[in-house]
Amino acid sequence: MTDLSLRLRRLWTLCRKETLQIIRDPSTLLIAFIFPGILLFIFGAGINLDSSTVTLGVVLEDTRPQAISLAESLANSPTFRVKTGFDAKQMGDELRAGRVRGFLIVRNDFSERALRQSPGTPSLLLITDGSEPNTASFVAAHVRGAIAVWQREELRRLGRQPTGIDVETRSWFNPSTESRNFLLPGSISIVMTVVGALLTALVIAREWERGTMEALLAAGITRFELLASKVLPYFVLGLISFVICVGLTRYAFGVPFRGSFGAVMLVGALFLGSALGLGLLLSTVLRSQFNAAQAALNAAFLPALMLSGFVFEISSMPPIIRAVTHVVPARYFVVAIQTVFQAGDVWSVLIPAFEGLGLAAVGFLGFTYLKTRRRLE
Amino acid sequence: MTNPRQALATIRGLRKSFPGENKPALSDVDLDVLPGLVTGLVGPDGAGKTTLLRLLAGLLVPTRGELSVLGLNPTHDSDALRDSIGYMPQKFGLYEDLSVMENLALYADLKGLVGERRRTTFDRLLAFTDLARFTDRLAGRLSGGMKQKLGLACTLLGTPKVLLLDEPGVGVDPVSRRELWRMVHELIAGGIAVVWSTAYLDEAEACDHVVLLNEGEILFAGAPAELHDRVRNRVFLLSDLEERPRIALKNARRDPASMDGVVQGRGVRLIARPDAELHPQDFGVSSAATLRPTRPRFEDGFIDLLGGVPSAESELANAISEHPHDDAIVIRTQQLTKKYGDFKAADEISVSVKRGEVFGLLGPNGAGKSTTFKMLCGLVSPTSGDAQVAGVNLRSSRSEARQRLGYMAQKFSLYGNLSVRQNMEFFGGAYALAGKRLKSAIERMVHVFELAPLMRRAAGDLPLGHKQRLALACALLHGPEILFLDEPTSGVDPLTRREFWTHINGVVERGVTVLVTTHFMDEAEYCDRIGLISRGKMIATGTPDDLKAKATTPEQPDPTMEEAFIALVTEAA
Repeated sequence: MTDLSLRLRRLWTLCRKETLQIIRDPSTLLIAFIFPGILLFIFGAGINLDSSTVTLGVVLEDTRPQAISLAESLANSPTFRVKTGFDAKQMGDELRAGRVRGFLIVRNDFSERALRQSPGTPSLLLITDGSEPNTASFVAAHVRGAIAVWQREELRRLGRQPTGIDVETRSWFNPSTESRNFLLPGSISIVMTVVGALLTALVIAREWERGTMEALLAAGITRFELLASKVLPYFVLGLISFVICVGLTRYAFGVPFRGSFGAVMLVGALFLGSALGLGLLLSTVLRSQFNAAQAALNAAFLPALMLSGFVFEISSMPPIIRAVTHVVPARYFVVAIQTVFQAGDVWSVLIPAFEGLGLAAVGFLGFTYLKTRRRLE
Repeated sequence: MTNPRQALATIRGLRKSFPGENKPALSDVDLDVLPGLVTGLVGPDGAGKTTLLRLLAGLLVPTRGELSVLGLNPTHDSDALRDSIGYMPQKFGLYEDLSVMENLALYADLKGLVGERRRTTFDRLLAFTDLARFTDRLAGRLSGGMKQKLGLACTLLGTPKVLLLDEPGVGVDPVSRRELWRMVHELIAGGIAVVWSTAYLDEAEACDHVVLLNEGEILFAGAPAELHDRVRNRVFLLSDLEERPRIALKNARRDPASMDGVVQGRGVRLIARPDAELHPQDFGVSSAATLRPTRPRFEDGFIDLLGGVPSAESELANAISEHPHDDAIVIRTQQLTKKYGDFKAADEISVSVKRGEVFGLLGPNGAGKSTTFKMLCGLVSPTSGDAQVAGVNLRSSRSEARQRLGYMAQKFSLYGNLSVRQNMEFFGGAYALAGKRLKSAIERMVHVFELAPLMRRAAGDLPLGHKQRLALACALLHGPEILFLDEPTSGVDPLTRREFWTHINGVVERGVTVLVTTHFMDEAEYCDRIGLISRGKMIATGTPDDLKAKATTPEQPDPTMEEAFIALVTEAA
């Protein structure tokens, strides 16, 4: 036999061994195949960033028909459930108790000023709960919108030309602005991080702990063989898991998919490279399954959740944190997979993301290679 | 290799230090590994045995000195040496989730063993190790002895000329151990060299050449008989005692002419200092006692090399409260059984232990002694049968029984990053000691075990001997009636072991009952009575001398404990 075929045979036998170990360990299969389903279900059905109806208080200090009509207009909006009151102090208590999310005070000079456009400050005061900024801005925006609609209608009824500029908004890429449509593809990053980094974080450390590494090293295993035999089986396992995730997202949860199969597989493969690389690096350096798993959780899972832009928008982070996100591979993955799902193969977005992912994969695997020792010290 | 006496591996002036450790793991080591011989690397845990084997296998780089295997440097030529060195690490380097055949195939592929040669090698090795019937079984499901044979088979793939075996005898029953020796002797007959490391000093006697390591230094190198010669005519057996051998030992060790002493069955084994004579009448033992010379053991030579064991008496006896010497039965079990699924880990174990007795549970790993032991201290609940410990039924009131027991777990089970004082406070607190009682209990133990200068040190940084003292102190804080010791001295050097047993003897004098497990056959000698456990069953009970008597045959007139064990296990099976 030639030297090359002998070497291939060694690599093949090592990969086979790793695969047998994967198949015989139920927890690995559980993490790779059952966990994605559960996680996607949580993100798909359980978590929803869309605010549904909120309760809004309206304090009518003015009870003339104009004011009543405004209150009715708010009550007719699908966004609000309106609770009417006549005392601002009482309504303040309601807000404190969390029974209303904000309240609008209609001052007693509202009717004159709003329509006759008599000079003076506007006579509406909107109080929102600043401790929940998202809800607060949501309430503010919708109240403003509802008032504008009401004002136009009211002027039209009185036979006057509506004034001001009317802005109509329409959401592209996710026309119904359903959060699920961007949450689900983004959450695949979590699954891939866990399958890629957490599983591989254990495998080299396991060899050290069980004393089999010594035997492998004594049998003359090379650095390349060692790493390749760990990367290849888990790469295949990760890709299978990835396909399951994409399939579930597309078909079980009905998230629209506008890109191509090739593009999405490329995204998955590149990201797996970096996740596997990180896991192997931790495993190689720490040599203890417990430590490696802890480190993988902190170095891979948490950044993927917090800094990838999948839950928290990167553009609204402080500059330092924003800079940090550039070294989080999940960031590029989230951009790429959300693009493929919602916008299609937009190469101007995908290529920079691929570059980031590719660089991370090469970096982590290369560093692992350098850190791999053929001796015990 | 025409000259059979030409060394296959040589080591000159070898030193190995690890960063962060002030003492080198090995220093000034010289060694020649000759073909056709078993070179024993003998020493307690931490002596440097594994480091030396790893250096020979090219897995570590020496700090200083020369190292050559088959004329090559293992550090630089590891690839060239790959097929010539067979290295079996501790735990045998097996994949427990792969089958016997899959393990063999993996290592065969790694060593490039293919084609016809692979088939014949597999057939030969499977026959040699008697594993042909188990090729489909997962390695994790094999018994200790079978794992060891499979590990050896994997190491023998290729055609190694130097075989490095790291503690192949650990976790293996004496019967399998004996079989392994037979296999190794077949191998050396073929001209290869075997290096066998072990912490069991009695294994050293089976080696052709022995290197005795202690704290990284070679204490002795040569044939085991040379070590025996050092103590020839200085080893005696004091027998026909009227008092308990423990008491006789204490008295005999007061004589400055003695340099070491251990209990052996109903007698006491003593070593005289060079140029000193032992006279029983000097010891204050009963007048009927006789002193006869006996065959030296490897351990006797080791002790002599270390300059003997300082005569120390445990102050423990003064520090703990006296329990009545009433010979009451304090541990009694009836048909105690523990099943895991279909597997009977302990099968109808019935035993009774008297107060103030040292009772040993003896058996190979996996025989069921740990399960039995854990049922007796209330850590595992039995499937059926009854157990009474200190007058309390374990089935009904386990926690009450636990207050009366002290437990020292196998391995080091203290908190390594807590200080000595914090460990004692924690364990005292766990046994519901508090305030003044806790304080005075700690003070007593500190005094007895001389821990005062160490109180602020992290327990994990202590030398092994001190760790053991601390573990024993923690188990005794609450003044237990019964002390449970799970393999308390495995891998410990003989001096530490002596010290440990001195303390145990001190406790027993105060009427505390001691239950100990061990797979050290010679340790069994310290026990008043022994229960032999094999495959979940108690196959024999009695004093060490009783058991030896049961195994005495015309061919084997004076069996050792190990020989007795093998005979009794074989008979039971």
